[in-house]
Amino acid sequence: MELFKVDVLGRDFLAVAQELVLLSFALGVLLLGVILKGDRRRYTGYVALFGYVLAFLPLLGAIGRGYEAFSGMVVLDPFSLFFKVLILVVGFLVVLLSLDYTSREGIAFGEYYALVLLASAGMMLMAGAAHLVTLFLGLEIMSIAIYALAGIMREDARSVEAAFKYFLLGAFASGFLLYGMALTYASTGALHLREIEGVLAQKAWLTSFPLVLVGLGLLLVGFGFKLALVPFHMWTPDVYEGAPTSITAFMATGVKAAAFAGLLRVFFTALPALEGHWRELLWVLAVATMTLGNLVALRQEDVKRMLAYSSIAHAGYIMVGFVAATELGRAAVLFYLFAYAFMNIGAFAVVALLGRRGAPNTLLEDYAGVGFKHPLLAVAMAVFLFSLAGVPPTAGFMAKFYVFSAAVKAGYYWLAVLGVLNSAVAAYYYLRVMVYMYFREPKEGLQTGYPSFAGAVAILIALWGVFQLGIMPSDFLALAQRSVQVF
Amino acid sequence: MTDYVWLIPLFPALGFLINGLIGRWWRLNKTFVSWVACSALGLSFLFSILVFIGLLRLPPESRVAIPDKVLFDWIVSGGLKTVIGYKVDPLSIVMALVVTGVSFFIHVYSVGYMHEDPGFTRYFSYLNLFVFMMLNLVLANNFLLMFVGWEGVGLCSYLLIGFWFERDAPANAGKKAFVVNRIGDFGFLLGMFLIFSKLGTLTFDGVFSKAHLLDPVTVTLITLLLFTGATGKSAQLPLYVWLPDAMEGPTPVSSLIHAATMVTAGVYMVARCHVLYEMAPLSMAVVATVGALTAMYAASMALVQVDFKRILAYSTISQLGYMFLAVGVGAFSAGIFHLMTHAFFKGLLFLGAGSVMHALAGELDIRKMGALRKKMPVTFWTFLLATLAIAGVPGFSGFFSKDEILWNAFSSPQGHFLLWLIGFITAGMTAFYMFRLCFMAFCGDYRGDKEVWHHAHESPPVMTVPMVVLAVLSVIGGYVGVPAILGGANHFHHFLAPVFGVHEGGGHEAALRLLPLAWAGEAAGEGGHGSAALELFMMVLSVVMAFAGIYLAYALYLKRPDLPKALAQGYPRAYRVLFNKYYVDEIYQFLFVDSCKRLGTILWRQFDEAVVDRTVNLVAAVMRVLGGGLRLLQTGFVQDYALGIILGAVIVMLFLL
Repeated sequence: MELFKVDVLGRDFLAVAQELVLLSFALGVLLLGVILKGDRRRYTGYVALFGYVLAFLPLLGAIGRGYEAFSGMVVLDPFSLFFKVLILVVGFLVVLLSLDYTSREGIAFGEYYALVLLASAGMMLMAGAAHLVTLFLGLEIMSIAIYALAGIMREDARSVEAAFKYFLLGAFASGFLLYGMALTYASTGALHLREIEGVLAQKAWLTSFPLVLVGLGLLLVGFGFKLALVPFHMWTPDVYEGAPTSITAFMATGVKAAAFAGLLRVFFTALPALEGHWRELLWVLAVATMTLGNLVALRQEDVKRMLAYSSIAHAGYIMVGFVAATELGRAAVLFYLFAYAFMNIGAFAVVALLGRRGAPNTLLEDYAGVGFKHPLLAVAMAVFLFSLAGVPPTAGFMAKFYVFSAAVKAGYYWLAVLGVLNSAVAAYYYLRVMVYMYFREPKEGLQTGYPSFAGAVAILIALWGVFQLGIMPSDFLALAQRSVQVF
Repeated sequence: MTDYVWLIPLFPALGFLINGLIGRWWRLNKTFVSWVACSALGLSFLFSILVFIGLLRLPPESRVAIPDKVLFDWIVSGGLKTVIGYKVDPLSIVMALVVTGVSFFIHVYSVGYMHEDPGFTRYFSYLNLFVFMMLNLVLANNFLLMFVGWEGVGLCSYLLIGFWFERDAPANAGKKAFVVNRIGDFGFLLGMFLIFSKLGTLTFDGVFSKAHLLDPVTVTLITLLLFTGATGKSAQLPLYVWLPDAMEGPTPVSSLIHAATMVTAGVYMVARCHVLYEMAPLSMAVVATVGALTAMYAASMALVQVDFKRILAYSTISQLGYMFLAVGVGAFSAGIFHLMTHAFFKGLLFLGAGSVMHALAGELDIRKMGALRKKMPVTFWTFLLATLAIAGVPGFSGFFSKDEILWNAFSSPQGHFLLWLIGFITAGMTAFYMFRLCFMAFCGDYRGDKEVWHHAHESPPVMTVPMVVLAVLSVIGGYVGVPAILGGANHFHHFLAPVFGVHEGGGHEAALRLLPLAWAGEAAGEGGHGSAALELFMMVLSVVMAFAGIYLAYALYLKRPDLPKALAQGYPRAYRVLFNKYYVDEIYQFLFVDSCKRLGTILWRQFDEAVVDRTVNLVAAVMRVLGGGLRLLQTGFVQDYALGIILGAVIVMLFLL
């Protein structure tokens, strides 16, 4: 085996060029945060933003190629590129949203943006992992940065609590994941995803060997935690509520997308031979996840917490496409993640902009009359909520449509029916926000709204995405379909 | 050059976006708004002309073979693939020219007419949106996009009829138009579904090239369903009732939407689908009969009305009937020809009405007018030219188009002597009621309020210039289609011929077959020139009819103004029936509206409240309790969460092993 034969300036580095750009910007921003003083530290945000734009460049050389690099540690293929673009878009929007939000909350330090960049790099590594070790490495780079980000509002008890809970449970769940990898290695003797597939295909008896199945189960628990699937979801509401709003948006979209990328890679590249075992299990998890997420969301009085439960429910919908396990199903998962990124970041952006320093204004009551006080923000919020609820002509509708139709085509009628019923339940709590915004008198003396040009740009981009994917979805779906042809 | 077709609808869309989105917030001033709206239409008109020229440069047979300009895929789902694409052929481009041209002049006119209105910006953004939708309707290369335009113009029509929504009458009129149109649209939708389920495609080229696969019953059903849509949009029997009420909207809107463009959409649709209609003789007969009956029926109501705009509204319904008569007997290009000339003169008549309202502080009752020609000469002369055109006086545009229809109604294989007779009588009635209107409003003595007369004035140039332009078009517009019998080349007919095929309009033998015996003998005696002589003879007949109508109006309303009242008193029952529009509104109210309301009340009380609401509330209550219960699991203690993960892991293991 030619271990670590690296082609220094060519193929190998092209496969991780985008990660490298983000990493170098992370270090640069960190240094800049030390050099700049006082209020000028917020310029680090603009540098980070530029980093995200620059990280798109390597795409030019990478599109259409497919090979493994660094002796099979990472892979460059349409699938990884799809997720890298998604992660870059998410990161870009999150930084855009953070520019004024962090100044307002007094957390506009170099560390903040450096951590966001690092987390993005970790996510990308997960998406491009061809090896369980790379996958774990990416996951931990991402997770540790996110733990720190969740607690970055050091003076806010809830933020600290969120970080603490997330860290403890995350470490716990990482243990499960690592143990699952270890057992897989123990039984198959391979860590490289395609090699694992090859071993399982050669030795059919392994597919019902208990050690393999326990490994599969432990892997699933580890991923289930990151995806906030029921019953591994309990940390989600507390952490989403306590973390800075911009980071909540980041967690709900970026982390989830990266975790799904890892899950798709592991299950469809390495473990397709076990499909018979995990499909029924994931069926149950999908139903439990969307049902519980939606039911509990019904009773939430805090919009941020409501969106946290909503994000649990959406992970359930996405799992529906996963369970279908057809090409359309996998493409629908990718489509859904992109659509979800736009509508969810958009919604959180509005939530962030309605708050003020020391008064987050995230209670449902605080939204009373917002439709008249901030008509443009309210209209944007209404669009995002409609999209989350799955109303045409928005991205959320098309995403649900593709996911459920994949389930129907794969013969999972009940799964689709339960999904649609769940969407109907969900409409209640999304519309409830709109009722407050438009049909309630504003609370006396409540100050809402923090003007932010960058935040408005983020919202406009998200709006564009919601309508682009909602009205002209076919090109994008075709792209997603090409991306999942690697499996 | 035909590749630029997509720019034609683009400009009004931009105008709509600019005025509609930022007009109110940025408080754009009226000059800016009107420049945006009018120049959008001007550019759109310009590109229509350019595309038209591009089309003319091609040889006739390749004008129908231009590939559709597909902008992008719209809906792709299973077997359904719909695109946003535009079709360039002689038919669509004639429609685009008429729509953009007439719209442009009416936009300019509106600048003057709406100048004092607080809703100025809103008005122009609706108007631009309307044109955008109308252009999608006529340029679409598939049924679905056409339907988008179809519904879009319906929406704009609703918005503009109810433009002054603070008052009850316009709001109700808008609602009525919308509801009645929906009934027709339902037919259109069903027809479209049937096409898709049988042929698996919705593009015009695809449907028409595969049309031979359809069996006769299906194709009849499809065409009748589509025609139901047309009766709604184009105000034909029995769905015409919304159009007279639609006159509550601003007058330029009546001119643009409810006379010149939108209401002709049904005629265009039938002409566009001529392949299907030609396969369904029964549907053709239905179209022609409905058209002829509507023409006469609406004209009869126009005879006694006293509201300036309502007379014009009934006249529009009647003229649309002519167009359906034409397409129903297979004379598609004649129908489109009349559509075009009608757009000119009827658009102008409404602009004249607007000008009169402008002068008389909104007065619409023609009994309170008279002698206006002294105060407003431009309005009078342009109005007179349009009246001459619609009455079918030789030399004016309406004469050529109407005569072509009448001749085809008689001579085409699908034609019939009775259809011709109805059209012929209607022509006389048209001449009568139009000159009655013209004489009562502009000639004789003024019968209204002295104060109003004192303030009466000619409209500003921004209004009169568009009227003059349309007046010129009303006069000369017919010369593109002078029939061969008068030594013309009928360019219009030949331009459209590649679309409709060459078989139409030539039914001279059939004419002989249908002819009453005496004439047949005479015509046959003259040998090969018989039908030409016959055509000339019938032309003379209809001219005589037109002049008779004009003379009658002159005799009754100028020479002996006391006679009409005596006539009305002499035949009180007939007069009342006509004046009350055959009581159709009341009958519809009783039959459909009231009974639906009663049924609705029953369903509401006995079913909805008692069964549905209780079920829904029960489900909601259960969900709330469940949600509340599950929420208790969320303790906030990290140990409990870890326990949850372990329990989950155990469940997963149990499941897998």
